[in-house]
Amino acid sequence: MEYSLRGKTIVGGRAKGMILLTTQPINFLSSVDKMTGRITDKNHELFGKFLKDSILIFPYSVGSSVGAYSIFALKSNNASPSGIICSLKTDITTASGCAIANIPLLELCKDQVIPEIETPSEGIIDGSSGFLQIKKV
Amino acid sequence: MHLTREEEDGLDGKNGNPISSAYKILLSIGKATNAERLIPVEWVHLSGVNYNTIGDAGVEFLTKYSEEARFVVPTTINPMGYDSNKQNNLSSNFQKQQGRIAKAYGKMGSIPSFSCIPYELFELPERGHNVSFAESNAAVMVNSVFGLRTNKESSLSALASAITGKAPYSDLRIDSTRNPKIRIKIDKELKTELDYGLLGYFSGKSVKESCVSFGSSISNIDMYKTKSLAAGLGTSGACGMFSNKDTHDETISFGKEEQKSTVDELNTTDSGDVIALGSPQLGMYEMEQLSKMIVGKKFSKKCMIFCARPVYEKSCKSGIAKILEKAGANIICDACTCLSPLLSREEYDGVITNSVKAAHYLNKSNGVSVCLKDLKSIIRDHTK
Repeated sequence: MEYSLRGKTIVGGRAKGMILLTTQPINFLSSVDKMTGRITDKNHELFGKFLKDSILIFPYSVGSSVGAYSIFALKSNNASPSGIICSLKTDITTASGCAIANIPLLELCKDQVIPEIETPSEGIIDGSSGFLQIKKV
Repeated sequence: MHLTREEEDGLDGKNGNPISSAYKILLSIGKATNAERLIPVEWVHLSGVNYNTIGDAGVEFLTKYSEEARFVVPTTINPMGYDSNKQNNLSSNFQKQQGRIAKAYGKMGSIPSFSCIPYELFELPERGHNVSFAESNAAVMVNSVFGLRTNKESSLSALASAITGKAPYSDLRIDSTRNPKIRIKIDKELKTELDYGLLGYFSGKSVKESCVSFGSSISNIDMYKTKSLAAGLGTSGACGMFSNKDTHDETISFGKEEQKSTVDELNTTDSGDVIALGSPQLGMYEMEQLSKMIVGKKFSKKCMIFCARPVYEKSCKSGIAKILEKAGANIICDACTCLSPLLSREEYDGVITNSVKAAHYLNKSNGVSVCLKDLKSIIRDHTK
């Protein structure tokens, strides 16, 4: 199945990667290994998963303001998502981190509903049109 | 978002790369928060100073950025990894990289405050004025207690504000957002500063709005409890302000059960080999309280107290520092319990603290177990 979701472009560009979806917020400073991109918080539903080269769909980031540097560090260490979707609201930490790291970032429009996504699925972000394409691979 | 001609020029790189990057950041957060324009800010407080948090990527970024970038508004900075006036056994690499960070911020024109409680150290602008505060406890404190206006800024959004003197006019800078639309109903008696920290941590997790009400029950709490509440709220969530205004909208209960589940998440051991106080750093009020409780006693475990340097200097003059040091405490300036490399897994099995913020980061980032106790219980259980 193929889906297309509409978003608002916060940081432009094109990105492609495997979909990594969570409904739980992420604290980029305390819950992600900056060298590998692994989610290290045992209480998080993405525990053990890697952000590297993914299209991360998550509600928003929480906690430390330094999370913006963590996003930048992930990119510098070649361990960041290829692109990010904030499904609920785009917080300042995620927006500023993606802006400086050049990671395409969309905020999902309020009327868009994320469908049941089969694993593994691939996502493509197109910042110029503001669309996320999802297709099962 | 509308940009003036001058701002457009800045974005286009006519005033150099650092200013262009700064406007790129402001534009992205302006879009994210639906701002129509940028407004001036009077004071910036930056996080991202501790090498433990920003790592080598951050050091390289700041070193390069500081070659050209200069701050155009008064800019204070967060704690770093250690006390620059005291010996420590951190690696030479840590000290070198930490030194480069301090140098880069200094070169850009920061005030070397190395504190997460700038609101207790510097003269505050008038109520209603706009600032840009990264460091979540400080953003929550100035919004909620001192009537200043800031969003819950990130290290990089605040850096962009320091370079341009501007921030997007959105979210908590706007009156309507500062009126809470969700309330936490407190269904148990809150006694200690730890209780308030737990309330804050629970609320940050439960609320996705930018402002939350606790009703009038928090109107008369002391500085220790207020800072503890603000730090808890800032650590777990996206919320940047609390209020005592009542609201008839949605309410969420915080009772015995909610408090217990919050403790269960953060309290990961029953004992510890070091006591750490100060996250946020202690101010004069807490230093005084602590000295009254400890006078004539001695800590039975190693005890580290993290406070701001001007607070330490005042404590030396008033004799409070001597009381604490006589009780065996090591008073550390320029650093903070949370994320300090002085509290590493290699050196300690468990840390005893009354700070939920410290507990969160010690557990999740430093990988050190935490025994959470309120200050009274710490003194009762761990002094002779």
